[in-house]
Amino acid sequence: MIPVRALWADVPSSEEKTGTWRTFRPMIDRTRCTKCNVCWKFCPDVAIVIDGEGWPVIDYEHCKGCGICEVECGPRAITMEKE
Amino acid sequence: MQRMLTGNHAQSLAAKLARVKVVAAYPITPQTTIVEGIADMVASGEFPCEFLEVESEHSALQACISAAAVGARTYTATSSQGLLLMHELLHWASGLRVPIGMGVVNRAIAPPWSIYADHSDTVSQRDTGWLQYYCESNQEVLDTVLQAYRVAEDLRVMLPAMVTEDAFYLSHTFEPVDAPTQEEVDAFLPPLEMPYALDVDRPARFGSFMGPDAYMEQRRNVADGMEAAARVIPGVEREFAERFGRDHGGALPLFECEGADAVLIVSGTAASTARSVVREMRAEGKRVGVAKLRVFRPWPVAAIRALAAKVPRIAVLDRSFTFGFGGALFQEVRNAVQSPRGGPLVGGYVAGLGGRDIVPETIRAVLDDVLARDEPDVSWVGLQEVKEWSA
Amino acid sequence: MVRLTIPGPELMTAGHLGCPGCGATLAMRYLLKGLGPRTMLTVPACCWAVMSGPFPRTCVEIPFLDCAFEATGASIAGLRAGLDAKGVKDVTVVGFAGDGGTVDIGLQALSGSLERGVDAIYVMYDNEAYMNTGVQRSGATPWGAWTTTTPVGRTKPQEKKDIMAIVAAHRIPYAATACVAFPEDFVRKVEKAKAVKGPRFLHVLAPCPPGWKYAPEETIRLGRLAVDARVFPLYEVVDGRYTITRKPGKRTPVAEYLQKQGRFGHLTEAQVAAIQTQVDERWARLEAMERMTAEVRT
Repeated sequence: MIPVRALWADVPSSEEKTGTWRTFRPMIDRTRCTKCNVCWKFCPDVAIVIDGEGWPVIDYEHCKGCGICEVECGPRAITMEKE
Repeated sequence: MQRMLTGNHAQSLAAKLARVKVVAAYPITPQTTIVEGIADMVASGEFPCEFLEVESEHSALQACISAAAVGARTYTATSSQGLLLMHELLHWASGLRVPIGMGVVNRAIAPPWSIYADHSDTVSQRDTGWLQYYCESNQEVLDTVLQAYRVAEDLRVMLPAMVTEDAFYLSHTFEPVDAPTQEEVDAFLPPLEMPYALDVDRPARFGSFMGPDAYMEQRRNVADGMEAAARVIPGVEREFAERFGRDHGGALPLFECEGADAVLIVSGTAASTARSVVREMRAEGKRVGVAKLRVFRPWPVAAIRALAAKVPRIAVLDRSFTFGFGGALFQEVRNAVQSPRGGPLVGGYVAGLGGRDIVPETIRAVLDDVLARDEPDVSWVGLQEVKEWSA
Repeated sequence: MVRLTIPGPELMTAGHLGCPGCGATLAMRYLLKGLGPRTMLTVPACCWAVMSGPFPRTCVEIPFLDCAFEATGASIAGLRAGLDAKGVKDVTVVGFAGDGGTVDIGLQALSGSLERGVDAIYVMYDNEAYMNTGVQRSGATPWGAWTTTTPVGRTKPQEKKDIMAIVAAHRIPYAATACVAFPEDFVRKVEKAKAVKGPRFLHVLAPCPPGWKYAPEETIRLGRLAVDARVFPLYEVVDGRYTITRKPGKRTPVAEYLQKQGRFGHLTEAQVAAIQTQVDERWARLEAMERMTAEVRT
């Protein structure tokens, strides 16, 4: 019996390391960061996570370097640096 | 229980007996009374289902596909233009491997508008991966809808199925039909099991896209399902015959083909006419027979070849039209039986388009022609000479 | 630590194939935060048909059914019927389609589902052109915009199709506009939609860096400008009653919004002035709808 190969796709997209797309990478300066979560809020790639202490942490495996976080950061704690 | 039913009401009754859960349909002559029959039964409460009066046939089939994707048994019905409008989604259904039941009342394709019997609608969809059954009586319609769900939902098959009936000859004509009880049908047709039904507790994407590295294997797998159907159908027909006492003869029921010099392959109600002509011709000493093509998809290559091994001449009557060399059924028969080692002479005959009646004289002319010729050829039977067209 | 202003849990996964700065991915991200895990999506041909990557990947943690381009409205009807037939009542059915797939090729099926009262949420994410196929104009492309089928010299002469007016004409319980630059407003509207039965419609502006021709980091700024310049007003239609949910204080000239986008780079001053007039007239009309429907249900 040849089983039905249903188009059932359940492998998480996180396998795709979209961090390789980047030209610029965001760097967070914790001396300026106020843990306001705005960068987390506006990241289209779910590439910023809030850690247990409230710090935003960049997931460099997936961050595409779009720069939205730098623009939206109120305290200007994020800088985009060339890879 | 004996009832007088039209082919259309045989369909709606079968859908009810099959405990269909979702019906989505759009009206088109001569299918309308199928869905009206369902609407009446839903309104009276005897057919509990979700009934969607959708805004087009394209939407009807999409709605059925999506309902089937969450594991509901679905039914729709259409004809002609409606089936053509569904074309893209016919492919979706088979590609997603969702079983769906569809009644198609075979009707000619426009332009010009014609509401009459013609198989071009379903035959032109032979590439879409649907099982296709062609019925010649209202009893066969009811029985075949039930069988079609069993085959379509078999886990080795998981393909959608069409059960067809000729416009007006069956759809609107009353015939005595032995309707099984709900209990009998429940024993034959268990509820649908979809191993890949969408479920929030096990999320997945269903559809996807694929590159050249994977698509071909996916299509091969769908083709495997259709080939599996050819193996599943005989067992289902046998079980049906045991339970209900009616045997519709499998994919290619034969009549008077033993020792025949020529056999006519034909689908739909014309097969009934053909049988009576064959009786007459046999009485005259002509050794002719009829093989009714009941299952067109999956293509019954083994049965066709077995027939071809025993008869020197085959006439194929296409009640449909395509622009290749002869009708589609003719092409497929010839393709199956020709080989370098030889094979029977196969003649192609197009007849009965747009509701042109296939009368006994038509059948007789086809059989006489195939008995007489030495070269295979294709021709249209019953074409009247057109004296003048207005510009 | 500052409290989150939108729900924390993520139902969208990193590693999707969205362009850097993609507004459409934010639209999905915020939508799913508002809806939660007992949700089923159906998505036609559009950018989001590609987002997850090829088989066997998916980038949302809920069931996602691909459907035919025209047929999102029919697909939600089928999902709802199938779930109802199986006695599953607590799963939200969502159609998530692009602007072309809604206002053009998908309009018939959308209208059918609204008219029949299908209990589902239809979300149109609007990047104002057929972006997945390379920026061709759709009925939702704004007046004067460059696209590949309305190139400079023949830019779009028709105004943007008013899908909210079409939807509102079906007299559904809830319809609203939203913009990815205002996630709190967006999520609130999603939660409101979720709590209602019957057909619900969300029109979400999703800026697109390659299609609108701007640098990816500007997506949120542009979204804010679109709303504050009154090009894309944020409002709700609840049982026929119009409520503007954000009334910008200062008057942002439309030029400020247009100037940031290469797709409007060819506009003359006269054309920009014409757009300002269009925007002002439409805003005035929206305010009039708000006043009128406060007294009389449409």
